[in-house]
Amino acid sequence: MTEMLPVLAVFLPLLAGVILFLSGPGPGGLWALGGIVLSAAPSLLLVRQVAVMGTIEHLMGGWSVPLGIRLMADGLSALMILLTAVVGVLVSIHALGLFDRRDAASRQFWVLWPLLWGALNALFLSADLFNAYVTLELVTLAAIPLVLLAGSARAVSAALRYLILALFGSMLYLAGVALIYGLTGVLDMQLAGERLAGGGWVVNLAAALMVTGLLVKAAIVPFHLWLPDAHGSAPAPVSALLSALVVKAAVYLLLRLWSGPLLEPLSQPSVAWLLAGLGVAAILYGSVQALRQPRLKLVVAYSTVAQLGYMLLLFPMAGLLAWQGVIYHGVAHGVAKAALFLAAGNILYQIGHDRIVDLRGSGTVLAVSFGTFAIAGISIMGLPPSGGFLGKWLLLQATLGAGAWWLALVILAGGLLAAGYVFRVLRAAFQLPDSDAEGMEPPVRHIGPLMRWPALVLALLGIALGFAGEPLLALLGDMPGGAG
Amino acid sequence: MMGLDVYAIAAAVLVGLGFHGLITQPHPLKRLLAVNVVGNGVFLALIVLARRLPDGPDPIPHAMVLTGIVIAVSATAFGLALVRRQARDAEERDD
Repeated sequence: MTEMLPVLAVFLPLLAGVILFLSGPGPGGLWALGGIVLSAAPSLLLVRQVAVMGTIEHLMGGWSVPLGIRLMADGLSALMILLTAVVGVLVSIHALGLFDRRDAASRQFWVLWPLLWGALNALFLSADLFNAYVTLELVTLAAIPLVLLAGSARAVSAALRYLILALFGSMLYLAGVALIYGLTGVLDMQLAGERLAGGGWVVNLAAALMVTGLLVKAAIVPFHLWLPDAHGSAPAPVSALLSALVVKAAVYLLLRLWSGPLLEPLSQPSVAWLLAGLGVAAILYGSVQALRQPRLKLVVAYSTVAQLGYMLLLFPMAGLLAWQGVIYHGVAHGVAKAALFLAAGNILYQIGHDRIVDLRGSGTVLAVSFGTFAIAGISIMGLPPSGGFLGKWLLLQATLGAGAWWLALVILAGGLLAAGYVFRVLRAAFQLPDSDAEGMEPPVRHIGPLMRWPALVLALLGIALGFAGEPLLALLGDMPGGAG
Repeated sequence: MMGLDVYAIAAAVLVGLGFHGLITQPHPLKRLLAVNVVGNGVFLALIVLARRLPDGPDPIPHAMVLTGIVIAVSATAFGLALVRRQARDAEERDD
């Protein structure tokens, strides 16, 4: 049973997608609810087994490596699968409240989201370079149609731009895989890593191609242009899934390559500092842009550009502290960002717009939504006690340990800027309305408990992550491959 | 190993051409085609790799190319549908 769990974690969400394609979400979202349970159950069981027994491997169809395809669930995979399951379940509940089940958008959401879930789990379990390419494409092809559910012309052009760049990124990645296969004759990450030892310019070229492709997919500055439009124009649950999980899938693969087959080329100081430099640029540029955006959802989207930058600071530090810090930051950001997007979506739903200048006075009316936004903001800013604080604290210790004090300054500056863009929104919301200009209350649409509470629960989980560091870092375990 | 031959050069030229198209062409249809040209270059490179074994072609890169083509075709079809929808939206705005 245990060695079947990785397969079930991929297969059951895909099956749920097919069933929901045939049935629709059903009366009262009953089928959809079944789909969520079917998708979440194997993920959670798998995470528990990994926590108890350590790494679980499965050889597909019983074929042994190098011909067969290996699925592997280690601590990092388990943590990402757990993040996907927790964020996924709560966002699904929000979606049950948001989408009218007779709507076409609802039908499409309940097909595409389980498929995306299965594809994400498959990516997190891939221990094979080519299988990772296929699953990355599955993630992209399931995620982009979700952007279109908003149906606006803006969403269409955002989706098209996203698709073209994503396709280009995966072609670069595939070219790198081809070079590695040419050098080693294997696709299994571990075997390829062993045979690539010694390096050479072809390995460097392969690494450059694969990393560039993944940076495009992860929307790291300067490849970030598609992200704010796509994430800003999608419906709230979709934005939450894209920002919390989908971009992180590309970063995950980058970390996986760094800790495995591409350790040597990516550990050269020039490459490591180049990547960290991109991370610094992403943090500063994304945060400054977030401060300047006129619309709430765009603020949250640019914040994602900034927060992803932190994950690239790993490369020059390359120790256990940095590894833990970067991954913990990724998990904490996933939870908090999903909460921010759901809260922003609720605000947009309730007052019909998300222009920050016109939020004046709405803070008291939409107290729960803005409260959620503020609580999730604590983790994004990295204030204690929160998951964001713990991740940044580990990273800070790693930078200071490596003597890179200026990186520590960037981390602190990123936190200050994040405080700036979170408080800018809250300040606008809680300003008293002009008493003489408009005395009347703006019309407010009611939101049900299904939409209100998942956002708040996610925001509170972001805080709780500040206290859950020990069990989660124990689950993550040592760096794979014993690097550093 | 994989000595320079006409197919390897063709693969490199295709990738270069496609990349040039992607960064210079503003129209989404042409950009989508440019990405496909890059993709064909990569696929051709994989087929060149398959010839490196002394006793007949290596089937694994062939399988990879087939999978890659299936993915590229479906993504391109989806992209074309988006291009058409964008054009239709633009027409409606003009009316």
